[in-house]
Amino acid sequence: MNAALKEWPLWEVFVRSKQGLEHKHCGSLHASDAQHALEMARDVYTRRQEGVSIWVLPSAQITASNPDDKGELFDPAADKIYRHPTFYEIPEAVGHM
Amino acid sequence: MSATANYLLHLADNAVVLGQRNAEWCGHGPALEEDIALANVSLDLIGQARLLYQQAATELGGDATEDRLAYFRDVPDFRNYTLLELPHHSALVGYAKSDLDYGTTIVRNFLYSALMVLVWEQLQQSKDEQLAAIAAKSLKEVRYHLRHSRDWLLRLGDGTDDSHARVQAALDHLMPYTQEFWSGSRMEAAAVAAGVGVDVAALKSDWDQLVDDALAEATLQRPKGEGYVTQGKNGLHSEHLGFLLSEMQGLARSHPSASW
Repeated sequence: MNAALKEWPLWEVFVRSKQGLEHKHCGSLHASDAQHALEMARDVYTRRQEGVSIWVLPSAQITASNPDDKGELFDPAADKIYRHPTFYEIPEAVGHM
Repeated sequence: MSATANYLLHLADNAVVLGQRNAEWCGHGPALEEDIALANVSLDLIGQARLLYQQAATELGGDATEDRLAYFRDVPDFRNYTLLELPHHSALVGYAKSDLDYGTTIVRNFLYSALMVLVWEQLQQSKDEQLAAIAAKSLKEVRYHLRHSRDWLLRLGDGTDDSHARVQAALDHLMPYTQEFWSGSRMEAAAVAAGVGVDVAALKSDWDQLVDDALAEATLQRPKGEGYVTQGKNGLHSEHLGFLLSEMQGLARSHPSASW
């Protein structure tokens, strides 16, 4: 791969399916700019009718949590089952929620 | 052979020959994403060719099938534009080896897609209902092919000195072959008279507009495109088509009754 190709920045691709309400992350690709990334996402990620709308975001713009912080960030929620609204009696008249 | 069958074969041969040519990039594309994009274009073209061959086979009757038409006709039977059978590099004799040149690929796809956007648009009104339906499907596909090739034409033309020089050279090489679009033929005239085909010469000013706008944006010079007018659509081909067909048809001819 030549230098120019290596310089193509990485983009994250989000596709909304026909039935879906939200765009879901489906992968990433290299492209020279946003428009280019959109065209390529069409060819790489929607070949099998996966979607009706595409978003692309520069991967560099994503700020991610550090896997090493997993303990302090997420583990404390593990024993707080009362945060799930599963202890309520739902009146029959409400039906399926 | 009926005017309609003749014309369907012209359209089908165009699609299958360019589809086969572009498929040479499969696994060799300049970038993974671009490899997939070009394979998609090829599959669109081969899909169009299948529908057109099927319709031609219905017109012809007898033992004609899409496979017989694609795999068991020889060079003089093919009616594709010569432009579409040329290799992906500048002018060399048929057996000379050269690297595939993406500039040549893009320029050819651009020049041809700009024509086919106009042709399929018109063919939606063809008296042949099947052809009109194929046109409606193909139009969506070729609009994307035009968008894809035009986009790269701009990026390469208005890119680095090297990419600009290579895409300009490809344009200088290929533009003379577009004269064949506008030169009349008995095959096309008969299809127009039957209300089946489109008068391609009448599309020239719209094509010029599409091409000139893109070239101006891409900072490319439009060459005059004069000289010998190729005759591929009349069955007189360059030395390159035989090599292409032998590769494309070899398997089917070695195992004539195989199915897979």
